[in-house]
Amino acid sequence: MISYLLIESRDPFESNDVPYYYELAKALREAGNEVTLFLVQNGVLAARPSAPAAALSALGQSGVKVLADEFSLRERGIARLAEGIAAAAIDVVVDHLEAGSRTLWH
Amino acid sequence: MAKRTLTIALMDAPYESANLTTAFRILDVAARRGHDINVFAYEGAAALAFARQAAHPNPVHGKNLAEENHPTTKDQVAALLAEAARNGGKVDWVNCGMCVDERGVGEFVDGTRRGSPADFQAFVDASDNTLVIPTK
Repeated sequence: MISYLLIESRDPFESNDVPYYYELAKALREAGNEVTLFLVQNGVLAARPSAPAAALSALGQSGVKVLADEFSLRERGIARLAEGIAAAAIDVVVDHLEAGSRTLWH
Repeated sequence: MAKRTLTIALMDAPYESANLTTAFRILDVAARRGHDINVFAYEGAAALAFARQAAHPNPVHGKNLAEENHPTTKDQVAALLAEAARNGGKVDWVNCGMCVDERGVGEFVDGTRRGSPADFQAFVDASDNTLVIPTK
């Protein structure tokens, strides 16, 4: 099993590429890989209970671990997260780099 | 966790993108853990270590130099190198030579050097992992 860390820095309201990145996470998971989606910067705006959050919650249900950078959340005053999304420190990125995860940034 | 060699490629210019804030946060964690770090500063990122950057006051807000406490990326680069050294790691920070020449930012802070994309290839070959942070 290959481990992937997908880092999403963009807001789905800002970029139509974002849903494709979520689809990539889903497809990698369905192919039997271990997948973490880490939301950072404006990417965390999708973690609020909102329309785009449904796609993230669905990813969580499909076995993708969905995390949101706690610093980015604090910067934007986001305290409540949609179902299936957890706050995490930026250390998660280094954890994955150390472990040899394939790490992609969008 | 055993020491690792990690490579990060940066492309954003100073003072323009939140990507750099996040990149420096990632680099800081890696430095605190004592890893060896390679940074390839490409395109606009070649100005991050430009030594002639200067902090400034903010007269619009009525703040003098000390009160404004303006951060410069050259100081952040220097702090990263120092943090890595304190924890038994090292940073090999390469500024893309052509990018530097185009922008006239050829004076670097100590501990960084001029290079080329060939250095990035060598970094990747010698690293346990690589993260590329592209521009939008």
